[in-house]
Amino acid sequence: MSRLTAENLTLAYDQRTIAENLSVAVPDHSFTVIVGPNACGKSTLLRALSRMLRPAAGTVLLDGQKISALPAKQVARTLGLLPQSSVAPDGITVADLVARGRYPHQGLLRQWSATDERIVQESMAATGVAALADRYVDELSGGQRQRVWIAMALAQQTPLLLLDEPTTFLDIQHQIEVLDLCAALHEEQGRTLVAVLHDLNQAARYATHLIALKDGAVLAEGAPCDIVTAELVGRVFGIDCRVIDDPETGTPLVVPAARRARTAAAPAPATAAS
Amino acid sequence: MHTTVEPDRTPGPGARGGARDARRRPRVVRTAGGLSFRLDTRALLAGALLLAVAAAAAVALIGTGDYPMTPSQVLTTLTGGGTTAQEFIVHELRLPRVLVGLLVGAAFGIGGAVFQAVSRNPLGSPDVLGLAQGSSVGALVVLVWFHGGTFAVAGGAVAGGVLTGLAIFLLAWKRGVHGYRFVLVGIGAAAMLYAVVLFLLTKATLYDAARATTWMTGSLNGRDWSQVWPLAAVCAVLVPPVLLAARPLRMLEMGDDAAAALGVRTERVRITVLLAAVVLVAAGTAAAGPISFVALTAPQLARRLTRSPGPNLLPAALMGAALLLAADWAAQRIFGADQLPVGVLTGVLGGGYLLWLLVTERKAGRV
Repeated sequence: MSRLTAENLTLAYDQRTIAENLSVAVPDHSFTVIVGPNACGKSTLLRALSRMLRPAAGTVLLDGQKISALPAKQVARTLGLLPQSSVAPDGITVADLVARGRYPHQGLLRQWSATDERIVQESMAATGVAALADRYVDELSGGQRQRVWIAMALAQQTPLLLLDEPTTFLDIQHQIEVLDLCAALHEEQGRTLVAVLHDLNQAARYATHLIALKDGAVLAEGAPCDIVTAELVGRVFGIDCRVIDDPETGTPLVVPAARRARTAAAPAPATAAS
Repeated sequence: MHTTVEPDRTPGPGARGGARDARRRPRVVRTAGGLSFRLDTRALLAGALLLAVAAAAAVALIGTGDYPMTPSQVLTTLTGGGTTAQEFIVHELRLPRVLVGLLVGAAFGIGGAVFQAVSRNPLGSPDVLGLAQGSSVGALVVLVWFHGGTFAVAGGAVAGGVLTGLAIFLLAWKRGVHGYRFVLVGIGAAAMLYAVVLFLLTKATLYDAARATTWMTGSLNGRDWSQVWPLAAVCAVLVPPVLLAARPLRMLEMGDDAAAALGVRTERVRITVLLAAVVLVAAGTAAAGPISFVALTAPQLARRLTRSPGPNLLPAALMGAALLLAADWAAQRIFGADQLPVGVLTGVLGGGYLLWLLVTERKAGRV
């Protein structure tokens, strides 16, 4: 079953068409990861799924209804998004920023219920930022800040959560931290997650459902163990590689071929061969 | 109804270093009926303080002039206990001037706050983005070409301001209004419209040119009830919807995607508040001329006083009213009754403030 599906999407910015006739279904309770080379349309697809981009043709359905026709706040109670770039307002504290995630559940006469307060506490605890509650967001490190934004998205309490490149600009330690957090949200709270990731090996490790995108088309989708092969990686990313079992997790691990092997396979320019 | 009031507590072990004052936490009021409200104590105190300053300035201003009155005389007269002469001076001459000052200050303050919030830029105020210049062109066209009276000039100012606002929208529109484009288009419009103002001045007779210059400086001299009522009506209609949009506007601070993800209809909120702000500023300009720097400074000063993130719309309105009245009172005290238009004083003070803002923003690496 899929609460979130896209049917026959044409995605375009102004005149530039990114994808045509693109259909995807996000399996419920999955950790779906979209991978693909730069400019393949993976962030664009995520923006369409989260109604940030209106498709030129086709529809995105949430619970069987056109997402663009649903009331904005109602969608915001079902589907959350961690955008690639958000601006923390000047002089805002962690607790205040996380509290803003409660917006779709609030109204003019219901500004801050006991439930709001409890959920903000829980969200900060789940992301490990409770101790930073009174700190200003500007003073935090990049990894801490990303966890605060995730806490805000969690406070929205949506069964579906979309994350646009949540690990970009983070060092390896913080990348693992954020991905572990996502895995915990998926496994322990049963939320459906959709993320765009750059690192294929991280995607293979954490995803339960992988969508490989190239030039706006889905080349393969399914469990990483079933679909990640040297042949697929070659078709999607255009590199020569071996796929072995990850010694830690048993998931597919992509090891690019050495430069020597690649240059020997393809006749290279004279300068590169020397 | 059973009501509980409690501080909004968050356990913060280890939140040392840069932790903010615990008293800064908003208080929460919850009723048995499931209603709940967040009250920012400091913002409320700041609002009360500004209201008190504005009221004090109003009383002082009513007491200032060729026939000075003590504050107690002013208050007695306002409550209906003065002599006939005092009644006339207060009700017919000075009260309308003070009310125009309060309303114009509030309209500029809230309009400036909206512009700065939407453009995400402390310099993105109506007088920097061409609205004041647009109103001036409208007023001067009526004044120089048609030799219109006070009312026609006010009408020209409203038309000029609103048309300029719409033109900036349309030129800055590209799949929605975006802060940066909006600021750039506005600055360009301001420069071109100012050239038109200068052109109109060269075509004016000496008498009209003097009138035009006085109008463009911005002044509260000689304002009467016929200026109070239209302005009060515009404020009564437009201020409530702008205040209602404060919550979604606060979400917009985090960027369009983050706000939209939380269920804010970003374009609709932005266009609604901008249109309301344009009309408010145009109406204020029509009543008192383009008094400079109030719309630029009031929101920033209000924000520094409340120390609360967000557009601070109501504090900005109160700050605008207090600033304008205090400046008018100071101008009269220092230079004598009706000698110095208030726009000169706000210009001097505001210019100093602008320099200070540029220096601090530069230190913070934002300019």
